[in-house]
Amino acid sequence: MTFDALDTWWWPFLFILVGGWLATDAWRFLGVYLGDRISDDSDLLVLVRALATALVAAVIGNLIVFPSGALADTSLALRLGAAAGGFLAYLCLGRKVLVGIVAAEVILLLGLWLAS
Amino acid sequence: MLSASSMPTDDASPDPDFSIRRLWYLRGVRAAFSVPGLILASAFIGFAGLAKEAGLTLVQTVFMVGMVWALPAKVVLVGAILSGTSLPAAAFAVALSSIRLAPMVVALVPEMRGTRTPRWVLYFLSHFVAVTSWVLAMERLRGIPRDLRTSYYAGLGSTLVLVNMVVVGVVYVLADSLPPVVSAALFLLTPMYFLTSLWGSARERAGHVAMAIGLVLGPLLHLVVPGFDLLGAGLIGGGIAFAFHLLSRRRVKS
Repeated sequence: MTFDALDTWWWPFLFILVGGWLATDAWRFLGVYLGDRISDDSDLLVLVRALATALVAAVIGNLIVFPSGALADTSLALRLGAAAGGFLAYLCLGRKVLVGIVAAEVILLLGLWLAS
Repeated sequence: MLSASSMPTDDASPDPDFSIRRLWYLRGVRAAFSVPGLILASAFIGFAGLAKEAGLTLVQTVFMVGMVWALPAKVVLVGAILSGTSLPAAAFAVALSSIRLAPMVVALVPEMRGTRTPRWVLYFLSHFVAVTSWVLAMERLRGIPRDLRTSYYAGLGSTLVLVNMVVVGVVYVLADSLPPVVSAALFLLTPMYFLTSLWGSARERAGHVAMAIGLVLGPLLHLVVPGFDLLGAGLIGGGIAFAFHLLSRRRVKS
């Protein structure tokens, strides 16, 4: 039952609803239900946050090491350099998200310009 | 008769409660047009390219933005579609990547709830919870009258969703005509946005440990056991980070 399994107009939408909407809003609804029932500094919540953080970090790592689109045509070293440089700039220059993004983009574009 | 005609009977004039609510709703709308909102929109530019690359149609892509909303969940879902994953496995991967939404909502609900807020309003508004609106809300709700916080968040959340549905739709149509260098730069926006905002949103040191391990394990496991990379990195990285958390706390106690 993959995304392309059925040749009907509604199947991709059902796929997105079950695989996307249900799989995300179920957690949001559970969050409302639990509300203030569990303490925000309980160990269970720390474990849940740690699992979730490591998983999202793995997504980020894959997006940089195995990218898609035009970014896939750039060298791995340039992508790692741009990401590391951007992250360092974020850490050292006041922890501003915008600073990290701009620094990474400047390094990437400089690298592409030098290579061309 | 006389007293009835002197009563305000003009239905067109909104009751003051409504106009105050609308004012705070509009203030929430305005909060969406801020630096964090702009960064989010630029990350969605990259997502539009990714979805088009995966073979999704324009309508499917915009539908996904409105229904799923959280960007990491959508990236995982598109990744699953790209690799031909079956629906149950795709839903499982997306659900696993979205666990963090539950604690985020848990933290937000006591902050947002008014004295007489109906439950259904909270369930409805929880759909708008994702990193950007959550960070903005946790930062600003404190300064807003308690009974108007739901109106403010409704304005903020719904505007972020609608604006980015439009952004994704427009970029999807234009994506082919972008020069490769611009396209490559856009694809770097999403990981950089998450890399920095995830680090900044970590509540305890264990979050940084989990993140560092996940960043390395994700690509490594992708080479060794593709299909199990995200789950494996989440379980191993999260487990080690939690052990670190328990150990460091024991050291503080002793």
